[in-house]
Amino acid sequence: MIPSDPILSVRRMRVWYGTERGPVRAVDDVSFEIRTGETLGLVGESGCGKSTLGRGLMGLLPEGAVVDGSVRFQGQELVGQPRKVLRSMRGPQIGMIFQEPMTRLNPLMRIEDHFLETLRTHEPDLSQDEARKRSLEALGRMGIPPTRFRQYPHEFSGGMRQRIMIALGLVLQPKLVIADEPTTSLDVLVEAQILGILADLKANFDTALLLITHNLGIVAESCDRVAVMYAGKIVEQAETHELFRSPAHPYTRELLASIISLHTTGLRSIPGAPPDLTDPPPGCRFHPRCPDAMLVCRDRDPLPTRPEPSREVRCWLHGPDRVIPEGGRRPLEREGVALADEA
Amino acid sequence: MAAPPVPRSEMSPSVEVPRRVGFVRRTFAPVAQARGIPRAIVWIGAGITAMFILLAIFAPVVAPYHFNQYRTGDGERFVKQEAPSAEHPFGTNVMSTDVMSRVIYGSRTAIEVVLLSLAFALAIGLPLGLVSGYFRGKLDRALVLVMDSMIAFPYLLIAIVVAFLLSEAIGRGVITAALAISVTYTPFYFRVVRNHVISVQEEPYVEAARALGARPRTIIGRYVFQNVIQNVPVIATLNAADAILTLAALGFLGYGIQPTEAAEWGYDIQRAIADAGAGIWWTGLFPGLAIVLLVTGLTLLGEGLNDVMNPVIRKRPIRRVEMPPLPALEEP
Amino acid sequence: MARQTGSLRAYFLTRLLLAVPNLLILLTIVFLLMRVAPGDPISAALGGRLPQEELDRRRHEAGYDRPIVVQYLEFLGNTLTLDFGTTLTDNRALTSVIVQNGAATLELTFFAMVVAVTVGVIVGLVAGRFRDTVLDVGGRLFGIVIYAAPVFFLGFLAQLTFGKWLGLLPTSGRADPVVQFDLDTKTNLFVLDSIITGNWTALWDVTRHLVMPVLTLGLVIGGVFIRLIRVNVLQTLKGDYVEAARARGVPERKVVFRHAFRNALVPVVTVMGLQFAVLLSGAVLTEQTFNWPGLGAELVRYLNNRDYIAVQGIITFTGLVVVFASLMIDVVTAWIDPRVRY
Repeated sequence: MIPSDPILSVRRMRVWYGTERGPVRAVDDVSFEIRTGETLGLVGESGCGKSTLGRGLMGLLPEGAVVDGSVRFQGQELVGQPRKVLRSMRGPQIGMIFQEPMTRLNPLMRIEDHFLETLRTHEPDLSQDEARKRSLEALGRMGIPPTRFRQYPHEFSGGMRQRIMIALGLVLQPKLVIADEPTTSLDVLVEAQILGILADLKANFDTALLLITHNLGIVAESCDRVAVMYAGKIVEQAETHELFRSPAHPYTRELLASIISLHTTGLRSIPGAPPDLTDPPPGCRFHPRCPDAMLVCRDRDPLPTRPEPSREVRCWLHGPDRVIPEGGRRPLEREGVALADEA
Repeated sequence: MAAPPVPRSEMSPSVEVPRRVGFVRRTFAPVAQARGIPRAIVWIGAGITAMFILLAIFAPVVAPYHFNQYRTGDGERFVKQEAPSAEHPFGTNVMSTDVMSRVIYGSRTAIEVVLLSLAFALAIGLPLGLVSGYFRGKLDRALVLVMDSMIAFPYLLIAIVVAFLLSEAIGRGVITAALAISVTYTPFYFRVVRNHVISVQEEPYVEAARALGARPRTIIGRYVFQNVIQNVPVIATLNAADAILTLAALGFLGYGIQPTEAAEWGYDIQRAIADAGAGIWWTGLFPGLAIVLLVTGLTLLGEGLNDVMNPVIRKRPIRRVEMPPLPALEEP
Repeated sequence: MARQTGSLRAYFLTRLLLAVPNLLILLTIVFLLMRVAPGDPISAALGGRLPQEELDRRRHEAGYDRPIVVQYLEFLGNTLTLDFGTTLTDNRALTSVIVQNGAATLELTFFAMVVAVTVGVIVGLVAGRFRDTVLDVGGRLFGIVIYAAPVFFLGFLAQLTFGKWLGLLPTSGRADPVVQFDLDTKTNLFVLDSIITGNWTALWDVTRHLVMPVLTLGLVIGGVFIRLIRVNVLQTLKGDYVEAARARGVPERKVVFRHAFRNALVPVVTVMGLQFAVLLSGAVLTEQTFNWPGLGAELVRYLNNRDYIAVQGIITFTGLVVVFASLMIDVVTAWIDPRVRY
């Protein structure tokens, strides 16, 4: 555990989009912290809002999205900041790595041009030589030789492009990096390499990392702490080994149970599908699919509780008891899980 | 004894039986959902096009005179090149015929020729494109070579030569013009259909169908054809716009339709060029405006449909979001 | 999926090889079309004007009674040596027709393309950047309406306003006859000639004659560019690499210009190539409207006189030009976009 002040502190953040069917509550009252040099894994199924959360932190949301709550980076409040300020922080303070490396580089620009552009934007007084030196350094750390500096993106494979993207994201040495499914479209061997690189970041530069993924295996491998997200809310946060050893939230428990490993003898899945974010279920959003659902779960959204000092859960199973009304702990009768529409 | 077949209504509701009607509705659903400017564009284009089609159909009723009529019922000749007046709202031209009537009858000519040429071009280009794109191989390569060469060549030159040669053989009528125009557009339909067939074949669902053992006829008929057909309305509409311009060009150069057989806008403008020097504006302005209006209407319709149905650049409408305040965390 | 970037030269050579079958097909089609005409070219053009033995003699001289394959091969051979023959009706060497009238068409189409690309790119970029604003709707409408207006209609309107009513510009021909007589035509490109020989009155006069034809043709073609550029800008602005650039803090203006606009313009060169055919078609019409003595006007004249040799020669030449032009366009595109090279 690294004892230091949090570099990123998120309190009650919401990100909603407007659509013709009503607002999509992609991120709905989310709070967490990341400390310097810590890797926080953000896990969840597709459509749970984790990508939106990542982009929302940097202010990279499309038109029509509204952000509410507090996002403090190194003590500075980001929500409500003018675009110019946020833009100037992207690169030197907060870096981002995206999912599909194949299309993230401008096909008409050489790798060199990408780097020079980024460096010149944030450090305009940098000399050509100095800029080149730093770019080659960043690339070198990713295993890209200087001879390929002047090549075009289409001359690189997917894994190499992702490494170039990481180098681009890191060349200005940001304190926090947000990685949105960085290895999802890459094969397993390349994935291992990329994860190794990300681990080195932490070791050598003390970079904090928000690793967004749906792959629990990566999380177990690379993250110090994990936050599990469901339908726009973070249902559980804990240290990785504790979460895997004894998950507190039923959703986490079911997720872990559905992982396929060499010991798996039968397939297990969670019945039903994630809810429609324009019209989420009342009360706890997981209650229609939860095997341990109680009456109170249908009526009220669970409050965050801390069963242990380093763990936070949003689940009525863990209280707080004084808030649960009389009889609320009785099991919820369900008519059978209907075939849900696609979220 | 075998159990009686289960009627459709008794089947589990989760089994959905695809219906033909649903296909049309689904295809054009984005049009109904479109809002604001894209929607306006489609409807304006459709409105203009519909107006001309109506004019074409009801020409003998709507037009004040016949398109070649140069005197009144009593035998009195119209004034030559008379400026717009009560009897001749668009004036008369050098042949003493009424400009407005010629404009109205001109829409009939235009619609006729364009529909014919569309039919010809589709009749040849569509099946050729389907077959070529599906079966590939030598036939495909040969066809592509020929068609590509024709596409690169200036279409008007092809149309002129074909129209001229045809007119030597079968005279200068609507069929000649339609054939000449269709020759220029067939390679285009061929190419579009062929490319679309090829890209559809790469789609996973076609591969899945093949893996399930579907015959080529099924794959072409159900998947490929239906997918390609969805694109045809947009392409045909935009093509129709082009075809009208080509018809007018042929008419302007004198390779169009015999003046005694039909009124044609391009031909009228050619006669009007000489009038421009004398300051006579009505003989050329009205036919020209008719062309501009009809082609614009068709283009708006085609482009509007494309804008609305093309998922890549379709703009999803953005609604304002009002966020209610958060509930307090702790109970009082 | 990494590929080596090929050299530009290799691309050019490969592309050249591919052009050969294209050319062959075009030439074959032209040859066949001309033979489809009733009778042979001699009878068609001169039939009824000369006694039968004279016609037969000429036919034999020209070789029209030989087997068709022989004629075809001779045609191909002549084309390769750029021998397009002599016209039947007025006994001009087609090469001189091409040089003189072709230069007129070249001047017209060149400047028209310049106008088209300039107008198209500017309006298209603005419309795409400011989507759904007045600028966008106005720009798109302009592009649509101007393309819907036949070039001869615009020409008619132009002649009416600028020629008759305002009396500002001449409505026909390339130059005033007196001026043309004085002009030393080395290249037959009058603008170039007047600049080379320092003949400033000629330059002024020739330019005045160019304005209306070039603007009408150029604006009509420009309409297509507007629509294309706009759609490209919309697509590039949504691109993944644009989002990635924003994520690196690149200022919005740079994102728009360097990433979106520049990438959106890549197909412009290709479209110029595609529009080339439309440009030539439009040129025929423009020449008729403004009495411009170009190749298109000559084609119409010879066709009406049934001088199929002349028609064949002009169309063959056009085919050569088209194949060559599309080759050049492809090479330039490969130069701009390194992904295209083999």
